[in-house]
Amino acid sequence: MSGIVIIGAGECGVRAAFAARANGFDGKVTLVGDESGLPYERPPLSKPDANGATLKPICTTQMLAAKDITLLDGVGALRIDRDTSCVRLSTGEDLPYLRLLLAIGASPRRLTCEGSEHAVTLRTIEDANRIYSQAVNGSRTVIIGAGLIGLELAAELVGRGNKVTILEAGPVPLGRNVPQPLAQRIVERHIAEGVDIVCNVEVARISGRAVELVGGQSIAADLVVAAIGVVPNTDLAQAAGLYIGNGIVVDEALRTNDTNIFAAGDCASVNFSGLGLQRFETWQNAQLQGEIAGRNLAGASGVFQPPVWFWSDQYDLGLQGVGQTNGTATALRTLSDDAEILFYLNNSNQLVGAAGLGVGNAVAKDIKLAHKLIEAKVAIEAAHLEDPTTNLKKLLRPVPAN
Amino acid sequence: MANWIDACSADDIDEEDVIRFDHEGRTFAIYRSPDDEYFCTDGLCTHENVHLADGLVMDHTIECPKHNGQFDYRTGEAARAPVCVNLGVYPVKVEGDRVLIEI
Repeated sequence: MSGIVIIGAGECGVRAAFAARANGFDGKVTLVGDESGLPYERPPLSKPDANGATLKPICTTQMLAAKDITLLDGVGALRIDRDTSCVRLSTGEDLPYLRLLLAIGASPRRLTCEGSEHAVTLRTIEDANRIYSQAVNGSRTVIIGAGLIGLELAAELVGRGNKVTILEAGPVPLGRNVPQPLAQRIVERHIAEGVDIVCNVEVARISGRAVELVGGQSIAADLVVAAIGVVPNTDLAQAAGLYIGNGIVVDEALRTNDTNIFAAGDCASVNFSGLGLQRFETWQNAQLQGEIAGRNLAGASGVFQPPVWFWSDQYDLGLQGVGQTNGTATALRTLSDDAEILFYLNNSNQLVGAAGLGVGNAVAKDIKLAHKLIEAKVAIEAAHLEDPTTNLKKLLRPVPAN
Repeated sequence: MANWIDACSADDIDEEDVIRFDHEGRTFAIYRSPDDEYFCTDGLCTHENVHLADGLVMDHTIECPKHNGQFDYRTGEAARAPVCVNLGVYPVKVEGDRVLIEI
């Protein structure tokens, strides 16, 4: 008997499986994951403890059993046959589906330079264990790419006694998705901790125990990590004739051009009416899209809407952001202990984005409220955002005029 | 045997908010609800070691500052993934302007 089949057992796929059940689906639910063991959280991989990477399962065997969700772990999906509504598995079995969700994530982007095979990447628990077992006290580690993963890893490794150098092709670190005033504070902290960050450089080759730059400079390296972003996994969908555009193209209900096939999470490129294709790479997006797709697999008709939220921990600093934080911020809110939040209003004075940096979780409460303010689409005065004594909750629930 | 601990002043917590309270190596979160009732739970989220006092109180829900897990702070019930384990809750009483918790 065919039921719901979910390919990909990360955050997104697991949330989808439970959401399908929560929405009342009582047929078979099968979760197919190519890694062995229980589904696990990826964020802790860049935050190891003394023993190495932390393996934190998303759910227990009991939780899966309680909802009658079948996990096929260590099993790959080789192809989708849309005519017979079957997925061919690496075990040779054909798994029939009533509805199919592709939650197949993204893969680390590979370097293309000579010797790129010497560089490791960080995506799986296996990757993490390899890095932490090699990057021991005194190791010279070169991280290529000054994005969030590269910087989180740098903070961790310098704390473990590594000599860390970060090489960035662009003009500034965190140039893609963190407002520059906050990015600069993070970079200053890295420099103070002893991390070397070099921008505007191109890697020519990785050879033996060194990274050679275009221009001839050579940097000794015991370990080279490529952290230059991810590319969505689309091969399976493309081979099945689904539309591809920087990911598997889905509508706002996360449905592909096949009405029985959905995609969600890192691999999904959402075609918003009027806004074009947008793909999100955050943990929260994987969770949220997974839940929506799961309910829709079970017959609901929910739609996904931004904003999406992210966090990054480096040293004792906590960065959080939500929504669109491009361009120049409209308002700056300074909290105690050097914590600060940048707000972005549109022309109608509606909040569209916010990002904050502070020690620990100092900015968490206000970022959560910013998230709700973005969703509420209420008009806000910048002065209220800038005044740290204004409780943002009050802007969310204006006191009715007498 | 009841062990009531004087935790804070009633005014130490804003309406619909939460503060941290540490006692003898344990840490708690004490809440004041929108309807002006007081509640107490374990301080750390059951998902990771993150203190809930940095989180957001909306109505009768506390949202963890880190991964958006939610609990009903009146019952400790886990209400939103990734949390799946309930929080411990402790009796609270207000005497005069003092908030006491039983632990």
